[in-house]
Amino acid sequence: MRLPRPMFNRSVLLAGSVVVTTSMLLAACGSKASETEASSAESCVDTSGSTVKVGSLNSLSGTMAISEVTVRDAIKLAVDEINAAGGVLDKQIQIVGEDGASEPTVFAEKAEKLISSDCVAAVFGGWTSSSRKAMLPVFESNNALLYYPVQYEGLESSKNIFYTGATTNQQIVPALDYLKEKGTKSLYLVGSDYVFPQTANRIIKAYAAANGMEIKGEDYTPLGSTDFSTIVNKVRTADADAVFNTLNGDSNVAFFREYKNVGLTPQAMPVVSVSIAEEEVGGIGVQNITDQLTAWNYYQTIDTPVNNAFVAAYKKAYGENKPTSDPMEAAYVSVYLWKNTVEKAGSFDVKAIQENAGGVSFDAPEGKVTIDGENNHITKTARIGEIKPDGLIYTVWESAGPIEPDPYLKSYPWAAGLSG
Amino acid sequence: MDVLIGQLATGLSLGSILLLAALGLSLTFGQMGVINMAHGEFIMAGCYTAYVVQQVVSNTGASLLISLVVGFLVGGAMGVLLEVTLIQRMYDRPLDTLLVTFGVGLILQQIARDIFGAPAVNVVAPEWLSGGVEILGAVVPKTRIFILVLAAVAVVALATALKASPMGRRIRAVVQNRDLAETSGISSRRTDITTFFIGSGLAGVAGVALTLIGSTSPTTGQSYLIDAFLVVVVGGLGQIKGTVIAALGIGFLNSFIEYNTTASLAKVILFVIIVFFLQVRPQGLFTVRTRSLV
Repeated sequence: MRLPRPMFNRSVLLAGSVVVTTSMLLAACGSKASETEASSAESCVDTSGSTVKVGSLNSLSGTMAISEVTVRDAIKLAVDEINAAGGVLDKQIQIVGEDGASEPTVFAEKAEKLISSDCVAAVFGGWTSSSRKAMLPVFESNNALLYYPVQYEGLESSKNIFYTGATTNQQIVPALDYLKEKGTKSLYLVGSDYVFPQTANRIIKAYAAANGMEIKGEDYTPLGSTDFSTIVNKVRTADADAVFNTLNGDSNVAFFREYKNVGLTPQAMPVVSVSIAEEEVGGIGVQNITDQLTAWNYYQTIDTPVNNAFVAAYKKAYGENKPTSDPMEAAYVSVYLWKNTVEKAGSFDVKAIQENAGGVSFDAPEGKVTIDGENNHITKTARIGEIKPDGLIYTVWESAGPIEPDPYLKSYPWAAGLSG
Repeated sequence: MDVLIGQLATGLSLGSILLLAALGLSLTFGQMGVINMAHGEFIMAGCYTAYVVQQVVSNTGASLLISLVVGFLVGGAMGVLLEVTLIQRMYDRPLDTLLVTFGVGLILQQIARDIFGAPAVNVVAPEWLSGGVEILGAVVPKTRIFILVLAAVAVVALATALKASPMGRRIRAVVQNRDLAETSGISSRRTDITTFFIGSGLAGVAGVALTLIGSTSPTTGQSYLIDAFLVVVVGGLGQIKGTVIAALGIGFLNSFIEYNTTASLAKVILFVIIVFFLQVRPQGLFTVRTRSLV
């Protein structure tokens, strides 16, 4: 039997994927055209009955499902608690769930559906920056509300999005402050090759230049990359004081196994990670990552009555072995912030919520958070954590109090020129 | 100097990983001409086999060795099932085979996700494989040495089996001239199934070994699939030695380019080199010369 030229196989696949992507783009453009018409129409949110609908838009399939399902669970937990306590403005909240399928275009499409045909009062969800960027025009043109619960690269602010995860000055900058305080003089940057790590590393390099730190190397790997022998070899010979890790997903598994096996230790060269939360520790294998550092705003181990109640409620609802993590907590908080804003405004109206959001606060598991009315981000306490053999992360350092959000890093002189 | 040694070791190790992932494919694709896009999922099945065996056998060393055997059988059984139910019906339609097996791959990924969950699971490496060995200033993880040895053993075993055993002779006969082999009394059906069993079984073995260095998640197999095809195509269809040389060549090339540039750029440069190579030598490094007219 004669074989086709083998390179043909990949070109067929490529052609197929190009066709699929193009048709999706076209579909997305098509829906955008119709949005502009919809925007002139009045909001169709129905508040006459005894219930009010909200959307929960998370990837329940595809590569991001691993993380986003937990966010959906956290949103549901908050809604159930609020309903049990009497609802919002005496109305029970009803969740309309949609699957973003790990595809930005699907997120945009489903957001449009939730706003225009389900008539939800607000939407909670999104994870990747690309999904948020895809949804942004949909929410702006419909003048609807999105509550986005994940730490991100900053440099954004929309009156239609409330950002309840950390921006860079509440996660990356404090992590750098911590390293500087510990006497770190040089860093090695390792990240996945996409927008968040690249932006984060630009900020880190600007910080390092202003604070006399040396960047010994900077390496990116394609998402999903599984061979780190070369990079770890480079890291080992560069001999930096610490490694700043913005790798995402399964790459972390291969990276930390290699790191440990060539004899690099958290004592000699600690790794600070910004994308590894409690759920990921198990997959990496806790023995490979014990004593390494993470930078977040929330850990399951925070010992306050509010957090203990949250952790207990989460485990009761979803299972004793399910850890709580930063993005889950931020999603849980976002629902309460929406409720508190609605109650302050006395209305579900988008304009009323936007006007009343500034100064609304909530006693969150991470500590008190307050919405900044200027940029729609929230104040957050930064925490550096250490991963321990039980698979949980324990706070080793925290900021003096909640840090004001500064998505464009305007208050940092060294960051001038970054947002341009 | 220790950088050079380190990168030589890295290249050798990467080559052996590619070789292990591609060896099964060199049988099913190289010898039989079946484009099996589910090959990556057979590797993934091997990874999960290692995980399941480790839940039963708590001694990590013993469970690794048991997994290698069980992984071979699991991968092989899945391969035979796929061959008997689907692939045998489309030996004359390679493009259909490509699409169908791609679909089967997606189904297998989803099954893995439903059974084991989407997050990666952790397969603990045995104590005697933790840490590294220092060679002239460079540190090579013991897990990578284990994979190197395993790949070498698998190649030698496969080459010997193909060369010396009656089964190997039948496989080679069918590959070289199917009609003539049938006329000489060889059941080409049975030979096809055997070949597919061994090829898929080797994917399972690769999966078990790869848990030592990488993650075990439903999409694990995908990351090795393209590389495996690349190795077989560059090596030339129908030759084990081509696969071996191509795997090592790509491994060394990749590690040296990556050291001097970046991981993303290294992939690009590597692909460009391979595209040029295939322009000059579309048949790959080695080919089987036969007197058949196909």
